[in-house]
Amino acid sequence: MGSIELVCPAGSPAMLKAAIEAGADSVYCGLRNDTNARNFPGLNFSPQELAEASAWAQARGRKVLVAVNTFARPGESARWRASIDAAASSGAHAVIVADLGLLAYARERWPNLRLHLSVQAAAGSPEAIRFYAETYNVRRVVLPRVLSVQEIAALGRQIETETEAFVFGGLCVMAEGRCALSSYAAKRSPNLCGVCSPPEAVAYTEEDETLVSRLAGYALDRYELGEKAGYPTLCKGRFEARGVLSYLFEDPVSLNAMGLLAGLRAAGVTAVKIEGRQRGKAYVTRVAGAFRQAIDALDAGGDPQAYEHLLTDLAEGGRETAGAYKKTWR
Amino acid sequence: MQITLGPLMFHWPPEQLAAFYEAIAAEPTIDRVYLGEVVCGKRSPLTEHALAAAAERLVDAGKAVVWSGLALPATVRDRKAVAALTQASDLIEINDVSAMLGRDGPFVAGPLLNAYNEGAVKELARRGCVRLCPNVELSLEAISKIAGFHPAMEIEFFAFGRLPLALSGRCYHARSHGLHKDGCQFVCDQDPDGMTLRSLEGEAFLAVNGVQTLSHGVQLVDVPARDLRAAGVTALRLSPHSGDMTAVARAFRAYADNRLSPCELAEDVRKAGAPGPFVNGYLRGEAGGESSRFG
Repeated sequence: MGSIELVCPAGSPAMLKAAIEAGADSVYCGLRNDTNARNFPGLNFSPQELAEASAWAQARGRKVLVAVNTFARPGESARWRASIDAAASSGAHAVIVADLGLLAYARERWPNLRLHLSVQAAAGSPEAIRFYAETYNVRRVVLPRVLSVQEIAALGRQIETETEAFVFGGLCVMAEGRCALSSYAAKRSPNLCGVCSPPEAVAYTEEDETLVSRLAGYALDRYELGEKAGYPTLCKGRFEARGVLSYLFEDPVSLNAMGLLAGLRAAGVTAVKIEGRQRGKAYVTRVAGAFRQAIDALDAGGDPQAYEHLLTDLAEGGRETAGAYKKTWR
Repeated sequence: MQITLGPLMFHWPPEQLAAFYEAIAAEPTIDRVYLGEVVCGKRSPLTEHALAAAAERLVDAGKAVVWSGLALPATVRDRKAVAALTQASDLIEINDVSAMLGRDGPFVAGPLLNAYNEGAVKELARRGCVRLCPNVELSLEAISKIAGFHPAMEIEFFAFGRLPLALSGRCYHARSHGLHKDGCQFVCDQDPDGMTLRSLEGEAFLAVNGVQTLSHGVQLVDVPARDLRAAGVTALRLSPHSGDMTAVARAFRAYADNRLSPCELAEDVRKAGAPGPFVNGYLRGEAGGESSRFG
């Protein structure tokens, strides 16, 4: 059985090099604007930096994937098209796109440009994937995090398209590309602005020896003073339902599916993806390194689970989950 | 401007469905009715007979009926249901991109699709979309820009109801009862308007409906009908709740005909019954949960 491609985040040229040196097969990055879903100050690449990085990676037999994965604003498509053009001209291996209009543009303007489907396109069934493959010649799909490993295996048997599955980092519990929770509370959301639970709406207030984390004024969680307070991502908050307070949507944990690598490979997944372009060089060096060891062990017939503990302290709240990959999560 | 009734998002028992659609059939102010299970395919075996009978009643009463598809088909059964829907020769409503594969005929792009600009709408139109029900996140300004690029596209605006905000593979209704989606015991039928969620300070905030998360607040337009028309809106969608939807429809008909101001509309709709306070921030490009004063 062939190996599995390790796709790592690159928030900057330095992080890109670190990821590849630590063992990533491919890296994904974005341009310095709102055409990608990590549009933070100090992050991302200029077209020039992208071209240089692509050449550097290619010389080492590695691939650069460019995320142009947000939805264009009405009347402002020119900016998104320009990003597709920059990516196509840079020598990068592929662009990662979600927007139907941009897929059509890329297909028409750059017929030889490899198109990957962003998780934001919400293609979680064979029919959805085939639609994108047949209409736009999408070659790979990043799978939404709502499928179990068995479902991924079943899906893989019904499509020709390559699949890429998230295995580490921040965890979305709602179907990606279709969630408006953030804008309902705080005006901005992934689909409108490429951001979730935006920082300008975050506040921490001290009340009665506790720290309350808030988003747009809504109290989402409470911590003892001295306890490490998490970021108030909306779906990770505590809510009262039927009189009981709980982390109803999801515990504030992050994804670590290293223990499922064998299952994912057997399910026919082409590539595994690490989330976290905003997390920096040290993070990607550690995560890429750990997953590189795990995948190499798997290829040699060993058990990747031995390397899982290497990353536990990086998890949100120090706690991890295998997420929707295990069917009991539902 | 048409008045339409969106597909019922909640899990009501067959007797309630029958009575509801009987009343809708008799209500002259409603032009079009969307039918079909949009949220969870597990419910379909329980409701499909009642919905088929409702369709007959509605068509006999002169209403246009449009079948709506699942938003997040999860099982083989769900996918077969969506595939079967795509074969209908009549107009259907598509709520998931998977339905685009088999579709060779006209369709309404439902609000649960993620089409956010004129380029995406162009692709939908190319494939047969004749009407767009914009995603609830889109402001009137954004809608009017899209309409400007697509003057022939009908635009149906989500004018009343708890706002559909998210979908998941996990069933939160089941989870709140200590159950899983498999073995859910259909507990979602206990909350005809969705189950209200409060923040840890007791502030009502969101609502859960099976795998769907909605707002607690009830969207209600707060601008004069002419502003909607100016933005390209040609129909108003009322999402069904357990209040008097025929009274809601009559109020909206009067509003669309410029006989009721937004304030008066709010008064009449409040009398008909709504499961939460009115919100309308999305129309202005603000947080969806914000509301203007109707005065």
